[in-house]
Amino acid sequence: MNVDTLYNALKKSQEAKGIYFNKDKDLVFELLEALIKNKDRYGYMACPCRLACGDREHDKDIICPCVYRAPDLEEFGACFCGLYISTALNNNEIESQYVPERRPPEKIF
Amino acid sequence: MGTAEKPKLYALSTCSHCKSTKKLLSECDVEYDYVEVDDLEGEERKAILADIKELNPRCSFPTIKINDTVIVGYKEKEIKEALGISV
Repeated sequence: MNVDTLYNALKKSQEAKGIYFNKDKDLVFELLEALIKNKDRYGYMACPCRLACGDREHDKDIICPCVYRAPDLEEFGACFCGLYISTALNNNEIESQYVPERRPPEKIF
Repeated sequence: MGTAEKPKLYALSTCSHCKSTKKLLSECDVEYDYVEVDDLEGEERKAILADIKELNPRCSFPTIKINDTVIVGYKEKEIKEALGISV
């Protein structure tokens, strides 16, 4: 899959929901390329900043967009890996901050 | 006086926060050891994950150990302080 195609498709679909790509475009493309790498090696777009185990069913919580994105956007204005930011952060209404890991550690092996 | 241990970074090859941490360490001219856990398998992977969970029960990445300090996430200020670099 081509990273530009992925970028354009996601930008359109996510902005329609009020979710934006990080303003750091280099970071966005780095993360999108990482998602493509994970798709190639695992068969699914596991979050670039989480350890996938290779079992799609087990890792369905971290398939991008992960299930933790919504609460992270709500609380911190960004998702764990930094790919997506909220309207508030996009409009500079809040400051960007470190996003701690929500995924239960027992899921990581 | 024991010599300071080299910082140890537990990372993922795909994680941008991990890349930022490596960049910071290089910019600070710090020699460090690192392991990319997503490239490991089997017993070696299990052993490393056990080590990480001892340092960081959340088992998230990056996790970096600098002497006795463990820093979870790319936190430039905390990393520099742990390295003894004025912030």
